[in-house]
Amino acid sequence: MKAFSFERVDSPAAAAAAASARPDAKFIAGGTNLLDLMKLQIETPAHLIDVNGLKLDQIEPTDDGGLRIGALVRNTALAADERVRRDYAVLSRALLAGASGQLRNRATTAGNLLQRTRCPYFYDTAQPCNKREPGSGCSAIGGFSRQLAVIGSSEACIATHPSDMAVAMRALDAKVETVKPDGAKRAIPIADFHRLPGDTPHIETVLEPAELITAVTLPKPAGGKHVYRKVRDRASYAFALVSVAAVIQRDGSGHIALGGVAHKPWRREAAEGELPRGAKPTAAALLEGAKPTHDNAFKLNLVERTLGAVLAEARG
Amino acid sequence: MPTPEQLNLNRRALMVAAGACATMPIMSGGAPRAQPAPVGQPVNSRVSFTVNGEARSLELDTRTTLLDALREHLHLTGTKKGCDHGQCGACTVMVDGQRINSCLTLAVMHPNASVTTIEGLGNPDRLHPMQAAFVKHDGFQCGYCTPGQICSSLAMLDEIKAGIPSHVSSDLNAAPQLSEAEIRERLSGNICRCGAYSNIVEAVSEVGGRQG
Repeated sequence: MKAFSFERVDSPAAAAAAASARPDAKFIAGGTNLLDLMKLQIETPAHLIDVNGLKLDQIEPTDDGGLRIGALVRNTALAADERVRRDYAVLSRALLAGASGQLRNRATTAGNLLQRTRCPYFYDTAQPCNKREPGSGCSAIGGFSRQLAVIGSSEACIATHPSDMAVAMRALDAKVETVKPDGAKRAIPIADFHRLPGDTPHIETVLEPAELITAVTLPKPAGGKHVYRKVRDRASYAFALVSVAAVIQRDGSGHIALGGVAHKPWRREAAEGELPRGAKPTAAALLEGAKPTHDNAFKLNLVERTLGAVLAEARG
Repeated sequence: MPTPEQLNLNRRALMVAAGACATMPIMSGGAPRAQPAPVGQPVNSRVSFTVNGEARSLELDTRTTLLDALREHLHLTGTKKGCDHGQCGACTVMVDGQRINSCLTLAVMHPNASVTTIEGLGNPDRLHPMQAAFVKHDGFQCGYCTPGQICSSLAMLDEIKAGIPSHVSSDLNAAPQLSEAEIRERLSGNICRCGAYSNIVEAVSEVGGRQG
């Protein structure tokens, strides 16, 4: 690990200002992904700003009947929150499908959104990777790509976003609240928060330098049946091959987001019009234009079949 | 002939990735902390917390993980370093009652915390009931993952008592049960390469059932 200086901050504005003063700084909250990457020198911040002292660990009702989840709410606490279990069960289920008990106790809401891909070539510093070292090339294209993206990828990068939580939040139309160093606040729809790789795969979100996530908000509960189905190589503690987050209403309409297939949680609102006709046309519309590799073409069938199982469960 | 201190500094300068295990004694008389260190140079910071009920204060290279602070600075070597990347669970300890991977957190992130390691649970003459159950049920072979398994098991039973659901809980809104499926899912972050899982489940079931 490269050496770094360390400071604690006590307000979100102070955190953003501290980061603004040090372009070589990173915020650290749970640290479960950042420290992993720092040990491998994939991340090499010269300064860490510990945001754990910010009072952003509460889950509160919003004025419009939704929930505001503080950026520092740990994954365990969010999954176990009574309101989340009752009204946003797809989010509880997604969180509980991810990582291990130990990691969920540390990992935060904001950190989960910002975690980096687990593409094996991103982690292997002996290999070219446009995400780790812009312009160096993509080793995954033509390499071992079984876990990697089938849609929305580019000539520069076929990495996937690893989060389960973010997939559920995409189905729930969450918004990401932030503060900038000048104190300006904004609320970013989660649909716009993560970027597709294009020719700049190292830029993964629309966050500006030193901009700090303060909360994630959920709209008023939409009712319906909530299902999160994750398919992986082990029964527990593994990243998704594909996952489906679904909120299905009595009339057959609903929201569907996919994990494990793209550089961001994958949702196409237009595809949801196919839901009453079943999994096959819905999956086809969700994945139209997919460019799988030889190794991961199976994910197209797997999405259709997993969606079929999810719809059966939702209607059961 | 260089002094041991000089050797140590040279070695550290070369091995930037080697962690920060040996820096405390030589850095404690170093540059005043008020002056920011040049970028790339090791930076020390003081942190105080409680470990197994005892107040401890350490001057540490900021890179020191909680795991290395416990093992290399406090010489509490019961907590094991397996993968050092949060994948195996051997380093599991309890911080303020919650189980975490001590390899994926910095010691300086835990001022005033209360840390419990395997050494704080029992000793050879007076085993903790979970330790005794692991012995009784043969819940280990080589024993390397065992301190992490035991810390994880105890904190996990508290999570069940607190009503925290798991991936295998059929009803998110019902009190979770202490079933074999629940125990296996909740301990999936602790890998046992000897494969003592079935005996670990028996040990945890017995202690959890007794706690009822």
